[in-house]
Amino acid sequence: MNKKYLSRFGLLIGISLVTGGALAQQGDAERGQAAAATCTACHQADGSGMNVPNGESWPRLAGLNADYIAKQLHDFKAGQRQNATMMTFANMLDDQQIADVAEYYSQMPVTPGQGGDEADEALLARGQQLAERGDWNAYIVSCQSCHGPGGTGVGSTFPGVASQHAGYISAQLRAWKNETRINDPQNLMGAIAKRMSDNDIQAVSAWYAMQPGSEEQETAQ
Amino acid sequence: MTICRRSLVITLTGCSLAFGTIYTATVFAQPEERPDAALNMLVHEPPTMEDLENSELHPELKKVIRYGHDLFTNTQQLRGENVFNDMNCSSCHLGEGRVPFSAPVWAVAITLPDFRGKNQHVNNLEERIAGCFAYSMNGVPPEYGSDEMLALSAYHQWLATGAPMYPDKPIYGRGFPAPDEPAEEPDYARGEAAYQENCSICHQNDGSGHYENGEYVFPAPWGDGSNNWGAGIARVETMAGFIYQNMPLGQPRSLSDQDAWDIAYFISSQERPQDPRYTGDVAETAERFGPTFHNRSLYGQTREHDGHVLGDHDNFGEKGDLKPWNVGMPRFENLSEE
Repeated sequence: MNKKYLSRFGLLIGISLVTGGALAQQGDAERGQAAAATCTACHQADGSGMNVPNGESWPRLAGLNADYIAKQLHDFKAGQRQNATMMTFANMLDDQQIADVAEYYSQMPVTPGQGGDEADEALLARGQQLAERGDWNAYIVSCQSCHGPGGTGVGSTFPGVASQHAGYISAQLRAWKNETRINDPQNLMGAIAKRMSDNDIQAVSAWYAMQPGSEEQETAQ
Repeated sequence: MTICRRSLVITLTGCSLAFGTIYTATVFAQPEERPDAALNMLVHEPPTMEDLENSELHPELKKVIRYGHDLFTNTQQLRGENVFNDMNCSSCHLGEGRVPFSAPVWAVAITLPDFRGKNQHVNNLEERIAGCFAYSMNGVPPEYGSDEMLALSAYHQWLATGAPMYPDKPIYGRGFPAPDEPAEEPDYARGEAAYQENCSICHQNDGSGHYENGEYVFPAPWGDGSNNWGAGIARVETMAGFIYQNMPLGQPRSLSDQDAWDIAYFISSQERPQDPRYTGDVAETAERFGPTFHNRSLYGQTREHDGHVLGDHDNFGEKGDLKPWNVGMPRFENLSEE
């Protein structure tokens, strides 16, 4: 009897821990839509963002992993990822709102990446090589070894890069290279970005901008 | 420069010295260890897949080498036939089998046939590859002379293009050289903490690796998805070498010697599919293959924190009752009578 009671009690604690954790992290897309009103000016109503040649490109958020988006927003707030604009907007969101907008954008269908169509054949070939096989003579591991087959992302740590805007990808790679972005786990991206030439960065950015970011998108194309 | 590149084998003389310096300094070795390490060693830069396309080789041979490369980097296409775990050849032989200190595979093409301690007879390249299938892939090798075996062999041999057969110098970057002996004995608890800090984000706390939408991304360091107890990397020093020289991915030699040994000890203390040489008794198997192999693994040993005897089970993983035909196959019996 005693034992039974104890195990029931244990189960109860277990359940309350699970629900407690879930409450803190679970986002609500509907609430997210309301909280995202300020985001749409740049990231657009469909979450597609925009490639801005010679300016700051706004990333596509549609279809990105919710936990990945939430981590980036927390990092902007905490100053672990530097961006003056995003710090302002992230600071307007509390933890629940961050979870909500992250959920909201994650549920949107992936939109096409922009900024890759002007790349010539040689640049795209180099991009494909780096994406799929890397260049081990420069100890550049393939992008897909972490970002997954097709570059569509792995779990909540490694974001989808296929169908992202070329201007955004290249700006981030340069930021890692220059150590102005350092919020990756264990310097996994930073170590690689430092070995990439400007041409390499342009190449993968153009390549991934032109790749489908989801199966639905692949079928549609 | 082009002329030096074309020769592919870099002996540190004349114009090759300049190329060797650039190549090893920027890519395959830490600059400070290069001069001593590379001196009087065979430094070989294997060709790339781009070199293959630009080469004068017969188009049919190019196709076969491309197939070998494809099998090497996506060995999962043989899942259920020859491969019964979650690994690819390139899970351990990073950079398509080309990279020094990641057991570059061209080395076997210029050193075999030779006597091999593990199975106590002379092996050729195909038999060596078959060994990988039986142990590291927890599988059953493709037949000798089959399309798959020929394509894999062709890929290995082509990577060795220009390197001398039976070299009279040690091979630079061969195998997974273990880091220096650590200051403190490798420790399970320290290893577990270091694993969680440095490895879990990709390989998971439970060692299951990571599949995304059913596709392989990060290999499993232990468990049914990993190599079996008979694989070379089941030996602690080999795992320590792999980790130290290659992990975290993209950051070779970034961990301390102590961390590499501790993590290797922790991973080597986990369960994996049974050794195909299993006699039905773990102690007997450990003893029989101790001198040639298991003296350097933790197979048959009792795990301190929970009393579990490692390898004391008959779980052969996904391959179940299938037996790799190459394990224990007698060779040169006529010769041994002499």
